[in-house]
Amino acid sequence: MRRLSWFNTVSLTLGFAFLYIPMLILIVYSFNGGKLVTVWAGFSTKWYGELFRNEAFLDAAWVTLKVAVMSSSVATVLGTMAAYVMVRAGRFHGRTLFSGMIYAPLVMPEVITGLSLLLLFIAIGLDRGVLTIVLAHTTFSMCYVSVVVSSRLVTFDQSLEEAALDLGCTGFEAFRLVTLPIIAPAVISGWLLAFTLSLDDLVIASFTSGPSSTTLPIKIFSAVRLGVSPEINALSTIMITLVAVGVIGASLTSKRAIVKRAKDEQEAIQ
Amino acid sequence: MKRFGLISVPYLWLLALFLVPFLIVLKISLSDTALAIPPYTPTLDLSQGWAGFTAWLSGLDMENFTWLTTDDLYWKAYLSSLKIATFSTILALLVGFPIAYGMSRAPDEWRPTLMMLIILPFWTSFLIRVYAWKAILSQEGLLNQLLMSLGIISEPLTILNTNTAVYIGIVYTYLPFMVLPIYSALERLDESLLEAAEDLGCSRLTAFWLVTLPLAKQGIIAGSFLVFIPAMGEFVIPSLLGGSKTLMIGKVLWEEFFSNRDWPVASAVAVVLLLILIVPIVLFQRNEEKQREAGK
Repeated sequence: MRRLSWFNTVSLTLGFAFLYIPMLILIVYSFNGGKLVTVWAGFSTKWYGELFRNEAFLDAAWVTLKVAVMSSSVATVLGTMAAYVMVRAGRFHGRTLFSGMIYAPLVMPEVITGLSLLLLFIAIGLDRGVLTIVLAHTTFSMCYVSVVVSSRLVTFDQSLEEAALDLGCTGFEAFRLVTLPIIAPAVISGWLLAFTLSLDDLVIASFTSGPSSTTLPIKIFSAVRLGVSPEINALSTIMITLVAVGVIGASLTSKRAIVKRAKDEQEAIQ
Repeated sequence: MKRFGLISVPYLWLLALFLVPFLIVLKISLSDTALAIPPYTPTLDLSQGWAGFTAWLSGLDMENFTWLTTDDLYWKAYLSSLKIATFSTILALLVGFPIAYGMSRAPDEWRPTLMMLIILPFWTSFLIRVYAWKAILSQEGLLNQLLMSLGIISEPLTILNTNTAVYIGIVYTYLPFMVLPIYSALERLDESLLEAAEDLGCSRLTAFWLVTLPLAKQGIIAGSFLVFIPAMGEFVIPSLLGGSKTLMIGKVLWEEFFSNRDWPVASAVAVVLLLILIVPIVLFQRNEEKQREAGK
């Protein structure tokens, strides 16, 4: 077994400390009894209570969740289609423009994307609200979905699909019965990525939301702009915990799947 | 025909919600500010036919772009964004490379866990991770409390609301983007190459310089672009951690739009920012293509 040299041990320890200590401090201080966020005044869960009594936060959380579910679902369908086009459609007129439009939103500064979408919605007279945020989020997250899904499609053995077609499947049946089950993990992680991107987005949502559709990040931003607040610490702790449980759960499941596959393969050989 | 349907749905979506909005930004950047809704003129009036179109066309000019060059604020903000993005990319590389290197040298059974630990912050809210530093860096914050109780400093340091805090914020939030591409380049590195170099009389440091670093080059390039490009247009970090003196173009654009309600100038700021970013974006995509071809 390889062992880490002292240099690598030190750099990993310092690196992960840098990544995690700020979040740990946030979590610890969410249980602080005092109003001052930097002075410890005993253990208390009162800020969680305050948080759940705060109507404005609950409303914003509901709007955010609605937007995230809708935009990530549409983005998954569109992104999977786009990935299919990128990997399978071969040459067609305007392919360069298409791949440019898939990759550009990934690196585009959010302020530009937000500004341009807002100007579009105003030009066509669409009132800003939940719908406009969903349209905006769908547009940038479908590009992330398509990158994730196309990386899986590239390694996919196309002859399986051809076999299904030879056996009398229609193109869509072949996709649903053969391709989709195989690329499903990538499609699911694409959806999850789109979902978290939407939950997290402040800048684009600020441009495209109306007065009646404040999302949670907008609410958090306006609260923390003035300073640190213990309620936001409580909210952050809930969000960090949910993500941690999700990511750790997902990585354990995929690890188990890999172990199981290795075992199955070994049994098949014997 | 079916193929046509498959292509056209995502194609039309992106045309309508990605390309057309840009053309609108470009058009408005050439318009004049007006005290109306929408706050710019001229607006395209097609009900008058060709005359309406020519009237619209003749109303466009480069005035907003000239304005950007005459007011100090804008070019200072572009330069300062460029400086902040460049330095934080270098800092992120200095912090990120040892982490990626350590991960690639770690025992095999640790790697999935280490990988998960790098990816986890990426899934956590960006806004919350930036916010976490506010409580640490403020005057009476935890960093100052710690340093003063250790007797390293006697007066609290002012870090929050300065450019230093912005650097820390950018390095912190974009670190996974730097670590992951470098790690995936280093992970593929065949260790026997290093042994060969050492057998041939290289010291470990020379072997690192001559073998490891060149092989990690594309990962380093990809990671640097992934930090530099978004840092250039960053808005959240300078507005939460930076002070009134922190000039970044993303913040200027935001204020131009939301506070001054000067849509034409905001659009012109966006157009110029995009022109600055086109070079790194194209270089980044070329690097990605090279990597994809090498991977085949």
